[in-house]
Amino acid sequence: MNRPVKTPRRFRRRAILLAGMQLGITGTLAWRMNQLGVKEADKFRLLAEENRINIRLQPPARGIIYDRTGNTLALNRQVYTIEIIREQATNPKSVLYRLAELIPLSEKRILEVLKEISIRRAFVPVTVATGLEWEHIAAVSVNSPSLPGIIPKLGLNRKYPIGADFAHIIGYVGPVSDYDLSQIDDKDPLLLIPRFQIGKNGIEAKVEKPLRGKAGFKTIEVNSVGRVMRVLKDKAGLPGVNLQLTIGHDLQRFATERMQGESSAAVVMDVNNGDILALASAPTFDPNKFVNGISVPDWKALNDNKYRPLANKTVQGLYPPGSTFKMVVALAGLTDGVINESEGIHCPGHKDINGRKFHCWRRGGHGKVTLREALRYSCDVFFYDIAIRVGIEKITKTARKLGLGIKHDLPLPAVRTGLMPTKQWKQKNKNQDWFIGDTANAGIGQGFVLTSPLQLATMTARLASGLAVQPRLLNMIDNQPTFMSGAQKLDFSPKHLKLIRSGMYDVSNHPKGTAYSSRLNEKYKIAGKTGTSQVRFISKKERENGVTKNEDLPWERRDHALFVGYAPYKNPRYSISVIVEHGGAGSRKAAPIARDIMEKVLTLGKNSYEPLPDQKRSNRKNISGRTT
Amino acid sequence: MSFITEEYKGIPTGFRKILYFHWPLALLIIAVSCIGFLMLFSVSGGNFSKWSEPQIIRFCVGFIAMIMISFTPISVWRSMSIYAYLISLILLFYVEYFGITGKGAQRWIDLGFIRLQPSEFMKIALVMVLALYYDWLDDQKVSKIRWLIPPILLTTIPMVLVLNQPDLGTAILLASGAAVVMLLAGVSLWYFMAGISSIVGLVYAVILSKGTDFQILKNYQYQRIETFLDPSSDPLGTGYHITQSKIALGSGGYSGRGFMQGTQSQLNFLPEKHTDFIFTTFAEEFGFLGGIILLLLYILIIFCCYLTAMQNHNRFAALLTLGIAATFFFYFSVNMLMVMGLAPVVGVPLPLISYGGSAMLVLLGAFGLVQSAHIHRTR
Repeated sequence: MNRPVKTPRRFRRRAILLAGMQLGITGTLAWRMNQLGVKEADKFRLLAEENRINIRLQPPARGIIYDRTGNTLALNRQVYTIEIIREQATNPKSVLYRLAELIPLSEKRILEVLKEISIRRAFVPVTVATGLEWEHIAAVSVNSPSLPGIIPKLGLNRKYPIGADFAHIIGYVGPVSDYDLSQIDDKDPLLLIPRFQIGKNGIEAKVEKPLRGKAGFKTIEVNSVGRVMRVLKDKAGLPGVNLQLTIGHDLQRFATERMQGESSAAVVMDVNNGDILALASAPTFDPNKFVNGISVPDWKALNDNKYRPLANKTVQGLYPPGSTFKMVVALAGLTDGVINESEGIHCPGHKDINGRKFHCWRRGGHGKVTLREALRYSCDVFFYDIAIRVGIEKITKTARKLGLGIKHDLPLPAVRTGLMPTKQWKQKNKNQDWFIGDTANAGIGQGFVLTSPLQLATMTARLASGLAVQPRLLNMIDNQPTFMSGAQKLDFSPKHLKLIRSGMYDVSNHPKGTAYSSRLNEKYKIAGKTGTSQVRFISKKERENGVTKNEDLPWERRDHALFVGYAPYKNPRYSISVIVEHGGAGSRKAAPIARDIMEKVLTLGKNSYEPLPDQKRSNRKNISGRTT
Repeated sequence: MSFITEEYKGIPTGFRKILYFHWPLALLIIAVSCIGFLMLFSVSGGNFSKWSEPQIIRFCVGFIAMIMISFTPISVWRSMSIYAYLISLILLFYVEYFGITGKGAQRWIDLGFIRLQPSEFMKIALVMVLALYYDWLDDQKVSKIRWLIPPILLTTIPMVLVLNQPDLGTAILLASGAAVVMLLAGVSLWYFMAGISSIVGLVYAVILSKGTDFQILKNYQYQRIETFLDPSSDPLGTGYHITQSKIALGSGGYSGRGFMQGTQSQLNFLPEKHTDFIFTTFAEEFGFLGGIILLLLYILIIFCCYLTAMQNHNRFAALLTLGIAATFFFYFSVNMLMVMGLAPVVGVPLPLISYGGSAMLVLLGAFGLVQSAHIHRTR
């Protein structure tokens, strides 16, 4: 405060310099205002008033999905739709009641529309009715002077002609909801179109962006009443990409129908390249019901069904693999050298481990069995023994090499990893030490071990071919084959694999094999393995009184029935896994289904791909007629 | 009469201070704010409670705060400068990690009744701390490189935080405000020339870095720059803002369409019409004439600040007054350049008019400081 009282000259000079610069910028601002508001005012006023520029989005046609043999699985159907724009309909209520005299329109729907109108902005079109006939559109068009704000439109609606058979794979589209918009970070203006259809499940959801395509837009001049004066710019959009699945409809339908009435899943895979030929989950549902929003009773019925029709059990269902896991334990044992081809192990019907009795499924036991016989009879005691000898870490390592306990990259939602336990895993998740009994349980595919049917089919394919095949679901994207590299050889001894295959051969072809009754005819031999996985604990008391039969238990507590296999035995081409949830014994429930499906795929012939009916998307015409 | 009594005679005390208030400045601020209330009423389509009412309440709160600030001696504010800066810096750090994300940027602290944007406070706090620094620094040392490092650091730290949010507009305003205080303090003009040429170089580098791994800006910021250069390249996205904004501005003509008659804004063609783009509605409804009058009012506010700064012999007060005036100037000039298509859309509100609490409170608080400098000036 006690500085010398003077205004430094430099400060004054600098202040004047600053003021000069600011005046310069102000001058620019005033000049620009003059230029826009006075000099070019006529041009802008014209643009603004008489011919307001309007930009109309042109939704692209969604990509079409084909199966292996060229059948269409998902397509776009033209539908007539009627929309209302509040701004133009001076009195929406009376306009809607007049409209109801021309087209089928319930009182309830009118109230719904009025409610939606009130929450949307005035110039946003709101769908009044969809799926109309041409006659209705004609009637509305003729009466258009008395229906201000009502706009008939030609739009595209997704349709699944084959419906239920592919519901779990293709999934379905549905109208985009506010919830969807809050979940995805996507600036695509298409999503702002009311009731725009986006993928909600299956491939439709996972491949959403390529399937959707790119919006085109038309810049048009409209006059003050909204009539289009001329098109200034017409930038074409890009239709969505077409997809081709590795799955053929014939086999998929057969598998779905064969499993009717059960809660089950089946996967068929090419053992040499991993192509998935069938991925069926039963029961199924009609995806077309979701396209325009599913009704509440329909949704409730699907959701309350204890067989869980909405779940894709092939990749989302996790089950203890039961005896189908024994090949993994056998291979781990052989690789580690703790067992060889000729060594026999005595099975008295149970094994005592740390004072606890671990039972064989056959009360009387199997006597002395070699590895091949153990697989044939599915002797549990043999595998308790091998599992304990080789240890859980090596079993898990072998299982991962065979495709269990790892996530396979398929364009499907919620593909699950399953579980191959390790000591570390149990410590971390259960906060418990690993017990030797846990290893024994894992040895027969029980305990902590969890697998999906897809993983089991992959495991069987890898055992059959000795190749590290990866499951593959999309054959072509936009007419370009998806990347295919030859699968690498697995680093297991061919001798060991051969021994395991011979055990699997016996299961289906030896008169004492567990699946002998589900063998195939002389021409094609099937090799497989049954599995019956327990979902409940059998107490000592129950064992003494005789184990309750599956038929006498409530459905939820019955055993899962499993079967894995491949055929032909000599020159393997296809692997299969089947699970029937709470179906009882694998040999009785799952093996016959697997046999029938395998027979079907073997008799289908060459099973080669059919070329798709149309070209790359850049050559396809964008057939969308819908504008917004 | 001794020197001391002479000095104290000039400074009013108690409620007498209201008489020494810079009334022309206060009235200009009220006038511009009233234009803001009218425009908010217009863009809401005649809904008073939507934007106008909360804005008026904030203005009243801010105006009372302005009076209270102006009654506190400027020497008190001088000693508070460093704390104002530190608190703003802490708040900026806070929003970086705990702030509420809006429009892709972290900017707010939600206090329930108001959402604070610390970057707004920083604009003034930075000017305060730099004015303090140059008041303290010996006049002979201002152009020594060693003594340039502290102000540059003081400016760069908040700028980096703000750019990280990312908020390009605020970063530009911070840099401009700091540069003005340094210019007025007498830093050699050669430094400014070097600074300007390195900024040109940097802009060039930013444009070149696009698409590479070490891309400097976010994609949407590049998009804004691209659409600034060619608005028709993306008519649905960012270019839409500028095209529609220019149509609205231009269609106003010489005298405008009249209050609440602007078709572009009333028909929802305009984006952000109550915040950054509010000037377009104003120009559409009141035309070229209205625009020039608003510009004149703004210039008069700046002019008032120049007048009082020139009379003020306290270096801190003079630097602060002109620094605040320059910040205010950058607010409206960047906003107007932006909506008239002469600068990229960087997100700077129109001061005292755009809807928004933090900016209004901070600007009124800053003018409180100007008033305090005026009332307590050494005569």
